[in-house]
Amino acid sequence: MTLPTADVIDHLADIRPGSFVDRVRAERPETRANAQKSYLALFEPAQEGDVSRTERFIVAAFVTGLHGADAVEEFYAAGIGGNASLIAALKSEIEAGRTSGPYGKYPSGPLSSEDKPGPVFTVSDPGQKILGHKLSAALEHAHLLVYRPREASPEALQALLNAGWTTTAVVTLSQIVAFLAFQVRVVTGLAALSAAGEGTLASATAAE
Amino acid sequence: MTETVIHPAIDNRPAAFTQAEIGWTPWLQPLSEDDLTDRHWAGLVDASRSKSPYFMLLARDPEILEARTKTDKDIFYNTKAGLPRAERELSAAAASRFNGCIFCASVHSRFASHHSKRTGDVQRLLDDGTDADLGSRRWNAVTKVSVALTETPSTFGETDIEHLRSEGLDDLEIADVIHGAAFFNWANRLMLSLGEPTPAA
Repeated sequence: MTLPTADVIDHLADIRPGSFVDRVRAERPETRANAQKSYLALFEPAQEGDVSRTERFIVAAFVTGLHGADAVEEFYAAGIGGNASLIAALKSEIEAGRTSGPYGKYPSGPLSSEDKPGPVFTVSDPGQKILGHKLSAALEHAHLLVYRPREASPEALQALLNAGWTTTAVVTLSQIVAFLAFQVRVVTGLAALSAAGEGTLASATAAE
Repeated sequence: MTETVIHPAIDNRPAAFTQAEIGWTPWLQPLSEDDLTDRHWAGLVDASRSKSPYFMLLARDPEILEARTKTDKDIFYNTKAGLPRAERELSAAAASRFNGCIFCASVHSRFASHHSKRTGDVQRLLDDGTDADLGSRRWNAVTKVSVALTETPSTFGETDIEHLRSEGLDDLEIADVIHGAAFFNWANRLMLSLGEPTPAA
């Protein structure tokens, strides 16, 4: 039996019905509804299209793992299914890939003085054997997007196409990584607000 | 058959942050209007977006484009209470400046200037970066916490909430800062990785 998916941000940030953060979220119902619809569009798509459900959750666990968001990573890892060797390989790539961003080079010019070098991630040989070439290419691109998006290039997209992803799949993969960069930060931000305790909410008295 | 990317030929590629109206060109083939079904039109939300190569590229996956666009519109344009428009744009511009998205920073710094009339303060964010003094403690606070949230891993926490409260922000305004900066961590990554800026016409 499949239950309707509860609001994922509420779940991950532990926002309880009736709490003050719940009431703050209720002031922006379209934001809340469409953040959830974004999750559903990417992780419970009506049509899988060119990126399978399992591939979506593997990329998501990697991206959220790189963000150091352990509870979010667990949530997405649980969606992968019961392949223990694959999950172990993925965890090992997450550990190897963790660093701090954003970093990278700007187009050469006045911003070059702000260039900040940092690692370019490649999936290990044992990881490649388990994950395969196509998924490994997706994880390498995801690492670029998470930590050094300013270094993105047509060549990086060509590497995905060469690995067997279609143009439409590249759009979906890019949306998955970019959406999670948003979702993880909303969870972090709202959890911090919740932990700080209730302040004021001027709108509750002024706007109605 | 393996598909190939587009290598645009661009003279005078934008290489610095600016409030000018620069453009953007994709590295992957957008859909054409002839390709669009009802599903794609729904994804575009506003039919006029079929004129934008960015949205026509994202329309390849219309369901996520539709939800993304509606999230974006509510975070920035729902002015029922909450953070003033200028400061929502400031959170977007700060995230974009910190991630290094020249195109996103151009659009949202321009909007921040438009709504605040503080073009000089906004320009300092672009010229000197997110540590610059933007002329008021409140703007410096919005910028600082937007950067903390944008770092990977995020360093945002309860001290950032207290910082915003000390500048008078209520809980909805704080949530608006969080959503504004968080959303641009989504937008920056698409704009930076699916194409590149082109010079002002």
